[in-house]
Amino acid sequence: MQAVKNRSGAPPAGPGIKVLGRPLGYLRAHLPLVVGALGSVLVALLANLSGPLLIRYAIDDGIGKHDARALSFALACLLVLAVLRGVFGFLHVYLGERVSHQVAYQLRDELFAKLQRLSFSYFDRNETGQLLTRLTNDVDQLRAFLGSGLIQIVQSLIMFVVSIVVIMALDWRLALVSLAALAPIVWVLGRFSRMIGPMFGRIQHHVGQMNTLMRESLGGMRIVRTFGRQAHESRRYETVNAKLLDESIGASRAGSNTFPIIMLFANLGTLSIVGLGGWEVMNSHLTIGTLLAFTNYLGFLIQPIMTLGFSAMILSRASVSAGRIAELFDAPLDVTNRPGATELPPISGNVSFEQVTFRYPGGEQPVLTDVSFAIEAGETVAVVGITGSGKSTLAHLLPRFYDVTSGHVRVDGQDVRDVTLASLRAQIAIVLQEPLLFAGTIADNVAYGRPSASREEIELAARAARADDFIRALPDGYDTVIGERGVGLSGGQRQRIAIARALLVDPRLIILDDSTSAVDTETEAAIQASLDRLMRDHRRTCLVIAHRFSTVREADRILVLHQGRLVAQGTHDELMIDSPVYQDIVGTQLTRTTAVAGLPGGEA
Amino acid sequence: MMGGVHGVLQGLDAKPQYRGVTSARLLSELRPHGRGLVGAAVLILLVAVCQALGPWLVSRAIDVNVAHHDGRGLVVTLVFLAAVYGIGATAQRKQIFMIGSIGQRVLAELRQRLFSRFQSLPIAYFDKRPVGDLMGRVSNDVDALNQLLAHGLTQSIGAVFGLLGILVAMVVLNPLLALVCLTTLPLMGLTIWVLARWAREAYREARQTTGAVMAGLQEEIGGVREAQAFNRAGESEVRFRERNRANRDANIRTAVATSVFTPAVDVMSALTVVAVLGVGAWLVLKGSLTLGLLAAFMLYIGQFFWPIQVVAQVSAQLQAALAGAERIYAILDEEPEAETGGLSQTRANGRLEYRDVAFAYVPDRPVLSGVSFVAEPGQTIAIVGPTGAGKTSIANLLPRFYDVSAGAILVDGVDVRDLPRSALRAQIAVVSQEPFLFSGTVAENLAYGRPDATLDEVVAMAKAVGAHDFIEALPQGYDTPLGEGAGRLGHGQRQLLAIARAMLADRPILLMDEATSHVDAATEAALQRALATALEGRTAIVIAHRLSTIQHADLILVVADGRIVERGTHDALRLAGGRYADLYRHHAVALGGEAIPS
Repeated sequence: MQAVKNRSGAPPAGPGIKVLGRPLGYLRAHLPLVVGALGSVLVALLANLSGPLLIRYAIDDGIGKHDARALSFALACLLVLAVLRGVFGFLHVYLGERVSHQVAYQLRDELFAKLQRLSFSYFDRNETGQLLTRLTNDVDQLRAFLGSGLIQIVQSLIMFVVSIVVIMALDWRLALVSLAALAPIVWVLGRFSRMIGPMFGRIQHHVGQMNTLMRESLGGMRIVRTFGRQAHESRRYETVNAKLLDESIGASRAGSNTFPIIMLFANLGTLSIVGLGGWEVMNSHLTIGTLLAFTNYLGFLIQPIMTLGFSAMILSRASVSAGRIAELFDAPLDVTNRPGATELPPISGNVSFEQVTFRYPGGEQPVLTDVSFAIEAGETVAVVGITGSGKSTLAHLLPRFYDVTSGHVRVDGQDVRDVTLASLRAQIAIVLQEPLLFAGTIADNVAYGRPSASREEIELAARAARADDFIRALPDGYDTVIGERGVGLSGGQRQRIAIARALLVDPRLIILDDSTSAVDTETEAAIQASLDRLMRDHRRTCLVIAHRFSTVREADRILVLHQGRLVAQGTHDELMIDSPVYQDIVGTQLTRTTAVAGLPGGEA
Repeated sequence: MMGGVHGVLQGLDAKPQYRGVTSARLLSELRPHGRGLVGAAVLILLVAVCQALGPWLVSRAIDVNVAHHDGRGLVVTLVFLAAVYGIGATAQRKQIFMIGSIGQRVLAELRQRLFSRFQSLPIAYFDKRPVGDLMGRVSNDVDALNQLLAHGLTQSIGAVFGLLGILVAMVVLNPLLALVCLTTLPLMGLTIWVLARWAREAYREARQTTGAVMAGLQEEIGGVREAQAFNRAGESEVRFRERNRANRDANIRTAVATSVFTPAVDVMSALTVVAVLGVGAWLVLKGSLTLGLLAAFMLYIGQFFWPIQVVAQVSAQLQAALAGAERIYAILDEEPEAETGGLSQTRANGRLEYRDVAFAYVPDRPVLSGVSFVAEPGQTIAIVGPTGAGKTSIANLLPRFYDVSAGAILVDGVDVRDLPRSALRAQIAVVSQEPFLFSGTVAENLAYGRPDATLDEVVAMAKAVGAHDFIEALPQGYDTPLGEGAGRLGHGQRQLLAIARAMLADRPILLMDEATSHVDAATEAALQRALATALEGRTAIVIAHRLSTIQHADLILVVADGRIVERGTHDALRLAGGRYADLYRHHAVALGGEAIPS
């Protein structure tokens, strides 16, 4: 399921092998297992490598000299070696896999924990899908490298070196000849592994494009069909499909130009050994057993070369993944507990912004500039402004989803950055613009912020959010499972559950971020009424961001934001007289275009 | 089927039921490549012969030439050997390429057919299958086939024939030794079978836990803002750690099975070497076998076990590929939207009639009933009503995204079911609430409904709807590429483009679902102007959220619970004091009690 996220065309340039150092560091925690795996590799290898020598002994000394004892000795040794090879072969693969799964687990765990601590700005910049890929595909790539790749590389290197030593010892002239025969293999494989990397990159790129086309044609299905463009969509797909076909056939050609050629050179190696060795045997410089052993070792030489050739590919893929994982690990935690941060004691709900300026990390334009205002405990304050004026950002500074660039945000006089995140957020409830509900029952979702809540409390909160009626109408009421494979809810229904969720926390300070946009006006008015009652009766502070004036009108005070600046504040009546910006915004709704929020609709 | 999570999990482990049928169909895909396949088969035979000849020539060189000190003979044998190697490599190179490219062609063909089939399946097919899910599954299935066709097939064909060649050569050289080699084969088969059975449970668990990790990640990453807002990050970590750990443990259990496989084959091959060496030595000592032949046998054994490993691996790929192919064929076998009626039509006048229309997505759960209305050419019908009342369903029936359950819809007096879908849809332009733009430039998107439009026409239309200014302000103007979802454009701007697109298509009937979201003043005004232009001279059904649209409608239908509960013009309905008047009054309150233009 390697849907490729990289759309830029060429595969990303590898960040070099250096980034692999960090994942390698994870092996340290499992040192006994790693040592065990490497030790097993060594034993299995030695058992493997001594086979041909024993066969030589059996042929030359056993059969050649009619020595039954030597023969049975050699055969017995071969049997023992077979068992050793089996046992240690198993051990090294198993231990390697085991370590790799441990490391994958640890990597995922740490990455996940890191994700939970990153501020909102990180998630603004990175799509969920991309982050998901890092924790799944990229971790898997690294795991494959740490589990089998690394051991294979070590194994191949040892095998290669030992084989060379052995054949040199057997007959150095023959050894040189066979090495000469193998040299072209290195070249052919090198060419292949250089070529195939970019080739796979291009293939993945086309596959990604085709996925996009498929998603589009299915997502825009109704448009495609009414405009009668099915054939056009098929043609678009066909164009990329043809490119993919070309590229795949190219890959197949690259393979066909490589492996038979490698076999050819390996065979030519055998041929030259038989020729030269045969000549030496004729001159009695060599025995037939040695000759046979030689051809066997030739096989031992080729195998590691092939493995190393492929390892280059595994290595480059692993380092790309390691690079992406490192990016996540290294992402700065811009919102953290300051050293010496104290617990925020139970608040009464006073809020003040003092000359707050905010700029997104890496952003040029400030989103908020020099914003100052104060909210008394128990006040309901609305924030209005056109899209992009900085309303949501302002609200998000309170629970420290972002930290101010300069200035101070204070709750009960305490700078929010001086208190612990947990104690701050425990006293603020926020309903986000596009609330996410988790897979689970409705009751679980309402109780998300206070899992210990009783069913009565949950229902009470749902009633206040005007969600109780539709919840009861669902097949299993509060126990209805929602989410991925559960019942689907409309946008308005989701918003009401999110409001109930916030109310259940019963915070001193509640923030509603345009959280009734998909609810029809009648219901909204009802929600508003129950909210007002709650706020007043319990002296809760409430910050409301809204587009509809029915919501805004009832606020004790309205803040008008324009291009990141607080341009006016006051009651609706005052602002209708004082603030041209406010009049403009209100005018849009009242006279010019008359967006009929009141006519319920919006198949969200 | 079973449905729900259980269904999916069981489905994961379910064996394909029609494996024979699927294999036969998959094989039939190869028919157009018959000639290539015959060529490849010839090459495969040639390769196998060469592979078998090699060791025999080696043994001859050692036995006959070296043993008899025949230098010339040795040279001759080696020349033959070189020729055999050369021919073998050349043939193999050609063969790998042929099989590989035939496989890729078959795959490309399947992909294309799959895509085209998706284009023609009834919309209802997608109701139960979210696009994301469907695509994930299809791309997995195609991938499984690709694994088989790109790698498995070439490898295993070469391996099987190589093995056959070696077997023949061994039998010819010395039947007894060959028999010794062969005795290990059933043992090997047994080992693989036992391992596969043993590992099945572990693998199933591994797949399930991996699925759980994926699902968990998807949800937790998507909900990280909530987790932070509600101070639940710690709990999220604990919950994820549990799934992560279960997955690790299941994976480690499968590692036992995977790790046994290769060493088991290895041990088997070592045992064979010992057996052949023992028996061979006995034969040599008896004088019925030469040392050279024994040496040749040792070479054969070296090549004997590799193909078996390959075949075992490929058989796993084959299982996955067949399961994938079965699902792909299931999609290809779905009935496409039936083409009905032969009546074709030139440009319609645009008279619409819904005659006592009833509709249900699922039988026994009616969404619409008794919906009747008439729109004369050029009229605008506004539909209003609460969420879930059936407004969108009324609109969806006209272009036959679904067919009515009872009653009829007529265009210019002709039942839409008597028209070919393509001819019917050629009369209709759609503007949806969530305007969908395709990847491609702004200009291409605007011309989507009329690809032969010139740039001048495109620009003229953009000007007409008031989109020209913001398009010009984009980095590359009309050539600015729009991504998936066109994230860079505001919602109102996207809707403007969708209106322009519909107008450029110039269809006599317009179906429009107005956007509910609030946009800034300038765009809002532009939208209103654009809509007024678009409605001119067209019959339109508008799911209306904006007062100006409603006010200017020739007929307003108030829909509730799948029925039309009120109908009339704005003024008539307002004075009638029914549901519409309620809504309207409420709207007035929502606007702050200010004077409403009427």
